Amino acid sequence: MAAPPLPEGLVAVVKRDCETCRTVAPVLAELAEVTSLTIYSQDDPAFPEGLEVTDDRDLSVSWHHDIETVPTLIRVGANGEEARTVGWSLQQWRALAGIDQLAENLSLPEQRPGCGSMSVDPDLVDTLRARHSGSLLRSRHLDLAEAEDEFEYMHRMGWSDGLPLVPPTAERVLAMLEGTSRPPDEVVAIVPPDLVQATVEKIAISAVMAGCLPEHLPWVITAVEAVCNDEFNMHGLLATTMPVGPVIVCSGPGTSRIGMNPGVNALGQGNRASLSIGRALQLLVRNLGGGRPGGVDRATHGNPGKLSFCFAEHPGPFGSLASSRSDIDESTDAITVFAGEGPRCIVDQLSRTPESLAGTLAENLRSMHHHKLALAFDAILVLGPEHVRVFTEGGWDRTRIVAELEARLQLPYAEIVRGAGGIAEGIPDGLGLESLPKFSPGGLMLAHAGGGAGLFSMLIAGWVNGDSGSRPVTRAVQY
Amino acid sequence: MASKVLLDPTAESTPAERQRITRPESLDGLTVGLLDISKPRGNVFLDRIAEHLERRGATVRRYRKPTFAKPAPVDLRHEIADQCHVVIEALAD
Repeated sequence: MAAPPLPEGLVAVVKRDCETCRTVAPVLAELAEVTSLTIYSQDDPAFPEGLEVTDDRDLSVSWHHDIETVPTLIRVGANGEEARTVGWSLQQWRALAGIDQLAENLSLPEQRPGCGSMSVDPDLVDTLRARHSGSLLRSRHLDLAEAEDEFEYMHRMGWSDGLPLVPPTAERVLAMLEGTSRPPDEVVAIVPPDLVQATVEKIAISAVMAGCLPEHLPWVITAVEAVCNDEFNMHGLLATTMPVGPVIVCSGPGTSRIGMNPGVNALGQGNRASLSIGRALQLLVRNLGGGRPGGVDRATHGNPGKLSFCFAEHPGPFGSLASSRSDIDESTDAITVFAGEGPRCIVDQLSRTPESLAGTLAENLRSMHHHKLALAFDAILVLGPEHVRVFTEGGWDRTRIVAELEARLQLPYAEIVRGAGGIAEGIPDGLGLESLPKFSPGGLMLAHAGGGAGLFSMLIAGWVNGDSGSRPVTRAVQY
Repeated sequence: MASKVLLDPTAESTPAERQRITRPESLDGLTVGLLDISKPRGNVFLDRIAEHLERRGATVRRYRKPTFAKPAPVDLRHEIADQCHVVIEALAD
């Protein structure tokens, strides 16, 4: 809706429920005598008494002209607003009105601060935004019957991942859109499997349903951009029979600003930001992309992380996963998306040297998916703080840790060839190799998260890597 | 009520209205809603239909649109869907 124009002359916005507005009522009466004055009242068109007042109880004038305080006095010229002053200040009102003797015969204080405008009342602002900016939204509006339960409706429509959703009302979606500077109609990505354009608005709807706050939206939008491309291959990840989904690893100062938790229970339940960001991405693929279990999603088992799998890293001591994979530095908010399955724990409570701990990690990494398979799958190893301490006390940095693990993960060909050990699974016969590395270059990634107590790390095994599967993608968060 | 309007999270490639369920084999023991769309004498027609249906063992409930000129209000549609297995809409002039 276009802003209603203000009439030329002086304009005052007031409400009866404001001490300062009542104080300046005689001044308004004086101005009305000598100049062209239009008064808008937010709560009572009979206030101020005896004056001609325009009713702004629907707050449309206040909303569109960004009134934050009452009283506000505005001078409007032929080309619109020229100046405004908020609250009561004898000097400023005289200057704005161009009347040196204004209020000369009234015994008023020199100044008095105003009150909050009703148009910025936190209880009203979402409704007002929907009323006055609702036309920005392009998505179809679905009317529910008065007696219909919206939570059950959303389940019936097939929108849910199995858990309750927050109803995506225009009020909530508009409030969500405040979290980004990007316009609602901007197309962010093409979402598989139905190859549908994801606008910022559709992503905001998913974010509302997932339980996000507006400050989470930029992370969701960035995650959508990161997964919807040929490199990450969200379509294949969705369609595979393997139990994998998008894993979002977050880093940068913004993670703590939005309340993410890299500490105790970092990969678990209880953190709104992490869970709702990961969930919003999956709901978008489900509802906008049309990717649903039993449809294009053909997972044999799936895993609980397909509801949401998103976590934040601790800063330092050897940089974030994002900074290790790109030129994004650690002071920049960033995400890395990885096609991964559910995490599993690697226990080593006795190793106090990096060599011993690397041995443990390598043995466990070798068994990933199958101890006789090599090169086909990437992994993220989430080192817990106590394991990180063993490495840093031993003087190993990220590069050294990865190199030492890779050295221990050269699999002798004779042991992994098909049929070896009486096991049919394995690498094809006749390749004439000495050994094969478990991981392709860059395929073993380190992240750092978890609580301060516990000599554990977590292994997140990946889906098929490279051109035939998915490559991890790292992006800076776009606000 | 504002909270009763939701924004569609999907690609909007299917109609927003839910699809029809399959027709029942018989009306035995079912509740049949008769919707009078408010055209003149529609009620006369529906009275006769009701007699026939009741004779066949169906329970009949009667509904009426406020005006034939507009679609049935969403609340009325919900009420019928809630209370009936089958609905017959009557047009008469």
